[in-house]
Amino acid sequence: MMKQQIVISGLGGQGVLFTTRLLAEAGVAMGADVLTSETHGMAMRGGTVMSHVKIGGFWSPLIRRGMADTGLFLAAATVSSHMNFLKEEGYAVINSPNGGDLSVDATAIARDMGSFLVTNLVLLGFAVQKGTLFCPGDVMRDVITALSPPRYRSVNTAAFDRGLTITGGPL
Amino acid sequence: MGNEALGRGLVEAGCTLAASYPGTPASEILESVVRHARETDTDMHIEWSLNEKVAYEVALAHSYTGKRSVVAMKQVGLNVASDPFMRSAYLGAPGGMVVIVADDPGPHSSQTEQDSRLFALFARVPVFDPATPAEAKGMIEPAFDLSEEFEIPVMVRPTTRVCHARQNVACETPRSLGRRANFEKDTGRWVATPRFLTRLHGTLNEKIATIARDRRFYPHLMSRGNDNRRCCIIASGVACAHTCDILRDLGVWDSVDLYKVDLPFPLNEDFIADVQNRYEDILVLEETYPTVEMQLLSQRVTGRRSGNVPGEGELTPDIVEGLLRDFLDVGAAEQGAVAEPLGVPPTLCAGCPHRAAFYTIKNTFPQGIFPSDIGCYTLGMNLGAVDTCHCMGACISQGAGFYHAYAADGDDFPTVVVTIGDSTFFHAGIPALANAVFNGARIIVVILDNATTAMTGNQPTPAVGIRADGAEGQSIPIPGLVTACGVSFLRECDPYEMNTLAGHLRDADRYIRSDEGGVAVIIAEHPCIMDRTARDKQRVFTVAISDDCTGCRLCVEEFECPGLVYSDEEERAFIDDTVCIGCGLCEAVCPVGAITITGGGR
Repeated sequence: MMKQQIVISGLGGQGVLFTTRLLAEAGVAMGADVLTSETHGMAMRGGTVMSHVKIGGFWSPLIRRGMADTGLFLAAATVSSHMNFLKEEGYAVINSPNGGDLSVDATAIARDMGSFLVTNLVLLGFAVQKGTLFCPGDVMRDVITALSPPRYRSVNTAAFDRGLTITGGPL
Repeated sequence: MGNEALGRGLVEAGCTLAASYPGTPASEILESVVRHARETDTDMHIEWSLNEKVAYEVALAHSYTGKRSVVAMKQVGLNVASDPFMRSAYLGAPGGMVVIVADDPGPHSSQTEQDSRLFALFARVPVFDPATPAEAKGMIEPAFDLSEEFEIPVMVRPTTRVCHARQNVACETPRSLGRRANFEKDTGRWVATPRFLTRLHGTLNEKIATIARDRRFYPHLMSRGNDNRRCCIIASGVACAHTCDILRDLGVWDSVDLYKVDLPFPLNEDFIADVQNRYEDILVLEETYPTVEMQLLSQRVTGRRSGNVPGEGELTPDIVEGLLRDFLDVGAAEQGAVAEPLGVPPTLCAGCPHRAAFYTIKNTFPQGIFPSDIGCYTLGMNLGAVDTCHCMGACISQGAGFYHAYAADGDDFPTVVVTIGDSTFFHAGIPALANAVFNGARIIVVILDNATTAMTGNQPTPAVGIRADGAEGQSIPIPGLVTACGVSFLRECDPYEMNTLAGHLRDADRYIRSDEGGVAVIIAEHPCIMDRTARDKQRVFTVAISDDCTGCRLCVEEFECPGLVYSDEEERAFIDDTVCIGCGLCEAVCPVGAITITGGGR
């Protein structure tokens, strides 16, 4: 059975919740049991936010430290806070202009595309491209299409597709 | 989401009234009821009430007529609703009434981490404790059934990790119970003067004793140990979910008896006896108070009272893992204790009208005392303009308390500027304002009216005039309420006009110190910038910081907008254009005029 534990880390307002929902729906679309956990309330006002996604048969919605297969870091500022949730061999996909092979300057790409709000979708596409997530690109694109409000649908899928094809690493 | 599952479960169970007041982590429950009632074409009365007490009473009377009702709130909301809650246990709820109280161990977004299960024990109301979103939904129907069987309100107590967890949950077709309102008068019960209450109390005790003997609520044996160790784990709520995953990860599933408690109060009587007889060592895992543990009446429990389980904070899976390793002698985890990093603290949004109000208040009265309240605007503490935050509506009364304390010492008293949000004002501010006026407080009350309940997801307030289901209701404007409370100094302005607001504040200060002075109220009106429609109507400037910036940090520290960032390398401030919304307010903040704004189109 497919099992994967993913943490999504960022600052309030960066789309951590939407990204969480996308991964959860992709899991459901693939027939898996899904559990996620989110941060709401005060912390959403620009503070450090993390959510957890667990694909496969779990009871608890939370991921313990050292147990996540993949981490999506929407802000370089939260990497130090949440890196310890990853397994030693886990993937850290980071929105940063100067990281390793799994880093990409998603903010710059989103800015290029005319909206900072799609930074999370660029990073998500990049994470799928690098094979760090349980779902293939076409499943995720369908989920993005289904969950995006009509006025953001085309820009959201375009941002995801950019992420799917972009070259990562130092620019 | 757990809250969505709860909402769906309520619609499916034939509930015909839902009332709530928003509060994290409970806010999405009522929103889910609205959505699922609409999607399934189910007729319901759904309301955002002014506060939890009002919501409770509306739902209670609905149940008096034989119909099913629900009231949903966060844990501190039950403090507000405690008066009707306590008495409803005695009088009962014939139509089936479910009280959903969402607890917030941690706390993540609350002023206490109280355990509502213990509140249920105090009130003698049965309480369910779901471990997952699917379970939360699944407990709604049994909760209504139990409520109707014993004519007693029944609590369902999810925690943040259930409310804000997402899980795939099956949907069923809503039941239509087809009940017609039928209130049967019975003054001995519904009016229940003291002479009836001993009998009603006795009836309540019998109900609870009967439920405690009911085999349906005997805790489930999730996993049976294969050796003869006389030890067991008893877990409730999400702590049980963590335990299930961790026992499997450690490879010790099936090596210990694990009981899952679905009804922590009243704890099954036979279970209490069986645990006493069978087990030498018992580990109890539950949040947040030792509610199950206390009912076990056993000295052999490893738990909160023995000091093994932390007495405060969320029982995270990392903590549960440590407790399980100790209890089962599995050996310590490889990694040591990890210090919790502080992370980036929350701030008011870029362009938030509250920031303009707080900055102006602080600058106008550097020596003032600033009681504030619950909402986004608590973050005004980052600007040094919030000195206290206690509970909903407390700021006005606390402001009055400060005034009376200082005024008693002599004529010269500090300016007390109270800040309260519009939704909080409706919730508990109105009696406090009337009280402050009546009892002669001389304070300034600034109502931060952003036309929404922003912190919890922008639910409408009565002033907006939109009901929970989106229907148009009668708007109740705030100025009329203020005047009706006896306030004779009332000004209204947009806090974006910081000079105008400062002028009103100075006038208000003269007024409260004048012979006829009393409470002065200023309504600072500007829509929440999270409201896209309102924000699209707002002027957008291009903001830049020139090389004239001296690096004094005033804009970053005193104005504290996340759109302003300080570069340590270049020793000056910059605009972060990923965050800045172009409100242009910071132009007035820079002492050397280095912040410039251009444009200003909509």
